[in-house]
Amino acid sequence: MTIQFNDETFRDDYSFKNSEWAINRFPFPFHEDSYMYSVNMEQHRGGPKESIFEKRFDVDEHYVSEMRDRAMVLADDPLRCQSLPHMTLAGWDLLELIMVSKSEDYPDLFELHRDKDNWRWVNKPLGIDDSFVFLDETTLPYGPMEYITRQAQGDFCVLDQREENLWMDAGMITTQADWSLDFDIGMNFFEWHAPVPKAHELGIFTRALKFLLNVQQGAPARRLNWTMTVNPLLDTSPENYHKWGIQKTSLTPENLGSKQHLRVELQTFFRLPRSNALVFPIRCYLCSFQDLMTRPKWGRRLHRVIRDLPEELATYKGFIDNRPMMLDYLSQFDDGLPTSPGVFADLDTEPALQK
Amino acid sequence: MSAAPQKTKPGAEKIAVTVAAVVRVNDLMTRFEFKRRDGQLFPPFSGGAHTVVEMKDGEKTRLNPYSLMSSPGDLSTYAITVRRDDIGRGGSLFMHRNVQQGDDMTITYPVNLFSLDLRAKKHVFLAGGIGITPFLAMIHQMEQSNGNWELHYSVKTKSLGSYVDDLTQMYPNKVKIYIDDQSQAIDLKGLLDGQPLGTHAYVCGPKGMINWVHATASAQGWPTECVHSEEFLAPAPGEPFQVRLCKSDIVITVGEQESLLEAIERCGVEAPFLCRGGSCGQCETDVVSADGEFVHRDHWLDDEEHASGKKIMPCVSRFIGTSLELDR
Repeated sequence: MTIQFNDETFRDDYSFKNSEWAINRFPFPFHEDSYMYSVNMEQHRGGPKESIFEKRFDVDEHYVSEMRDRAMVLADDPLRCQSLPHMTLAGWDLLELIMVSKSEDYPDLFELHRDKDNWRWVNKPLGIDDSFVFLDETTLPYGPMEYITRQAQGDFCVLDQREENLWMDAGMITTQADWSLDFDIGMNFFEWHAPVPKAHELGIFTRALKFLLNVQQGAPARRLNWTMTVNPLLDTSPENYHKWGIQKTSLTPENLGSKQHLRVELQTFFRLPRSNALVFPIRCYLCSFQDLMTRPKWGRRLHRVIRDLPEELATYKGFIDNRPMMLDYLSQFDDGLPTSPGVFADLDTEPALQK
Repeated sequence: MSAAPQKTKPGAEKIAVTVAAVVRVNDLMTRFEFKRRDGQLFPPFSGGAHTVVEMKDGEKTRLNPYSLMSSPGDLSTYAITVRRDDIGRGGSLFMHRNVQQGDDMTITYPVNLFSLDLRAKKHVFLAGGIGITPFLAMIHQMEQSNGNWELHYSVKTKSLGSYVDDLTQMYPNKVKIYIDDQSQAIDLKGLLDGQPLGTHAYVCGPKGMINWVHATASAQGWPTECVHSEEFLAPAPGEPFQVRLCKSDIVITVGEQESLLEAIERCGVEAPFLCRGGSCGQCETDVVSADGEFVHRDHWLDDEEHASGKKIMPCVSRFIGTSLELDR
């Protein structure tokens, strides 16, 4: 299909919106009526047609506007993109991975022409047509990681692997759920996860690290994570907390359905072959509560999950103060009927709301 | 989440290849060059990576890991060099005796358990015998990126020194060869002592050499994270023993010449694996109960885990005793 790219904003007037197509493919993250951490990894090798799991790097209707928002964030704060000196080769790995994947998965949008090390990259949605020499930084306008991630939705952590650990040694982080690359740069897996409650006691991180160290070339993995965001903000960074944190107090029972968004991250993991580093793309999908409620199963389930979520998690995810108001809203969409297993909305088989 | 439930496959992704060349290197070593059967380029890889070669030896499927020695800059070919081991379990003999140019084989995607630390200001490579192979790929990678490296390569005799002539011709100022039977030996103390700060050392060779390098570097105050080694273990033979696989609900017997992992596979139970040499951790298996003694040989579990009797790496480790139950 041909994607119609939205002209929209993720700041100021918040003109971001999801089409019916985008709501249909929204990665609702709860496969049952409750939620607890788990090492919920699976292989990232396709998925149902048109779902966000289908392609290696999903491109959707928000692509062009998200890239414009990223450029604005970087113009204000260049430290959102950093790469320690030893990570340049990993940057080339990432550039190769994204260019090859996108040109194969979306041949109508992206083209890659390779003649040995002389490459030409055509990005039609962004109007880019650049020729450069692979592995020669002087032939690109930015470093290889910055160049390609200015053209790819989602944040990218590029992790060096050594000493049986992963190190946050490079990244492009402009659409994050309240963490800072500038703060975390150079940290290892346990250091940057230190603030997460409960998961340490559950032994989650030790097991997750073992899994990640073993992610192999040609066998990428994925998982979903989620949080809550008031207004469709991509840039919920600690650096800008003074701008967006206050907006959490602007919720009212009347505007909650349109302002409160479920924020879901599709996290994928790819081994980078030339550097043996690991790239960890974190792709953010936003959907307003009122759009989610158009799918009866999601309405029933979201109410139950948010209602029963342990207090530490609601606090960590930053919506403990707004939870009562969210539950008032969500309870209107929960008639107590059972829900089908799995994350998909099952619009054809799930009954309409019975109240 | 399970958007599309998929079962994890054991082993890395596979590539169908044709043997493009079989080249005798010397009395013990033979090089095998592979091309992809679909005519595509091979996946890129990094110096230090290995591939697992699948050998169809009659009824038996042998799976042996070999370091990729070809240039990461040339993805038209993957090459490995195999040392013939006349008293080994037969994989290298199969390669030497049975594999010919034009044969179809299956190998896995590269896996790197011995990668360069790209932060290093300088890389010192220490090779013993067949341990030269990962360094050949690393040297290509270093040369491509203008890296600072040197190689100290110890061989038994001049005639068994694989690739010695190529290396000394191409890099006369960076390669030093030591020939055992001419009483030449690496002056390791002096060598390590003279290195600039930020140097990383890499060793691949016989176990004694690896231990010697780690111990000497450590005694000289080198940080442990600056010394890297790789040693693939071949599973050692041992007395046959019985194992109950709880999840599969079967009892199997591990033969004298096969590994526990191989026995599990032979009985039709899929078990995860990658390196099959005790290094990667992929085949780690929980012990449900045991009455007897473990023969741990892997580099993956730490001493405490070995002592606990709660885990075993079936690719290289064995068991002596009356009963063993595994969570598999």
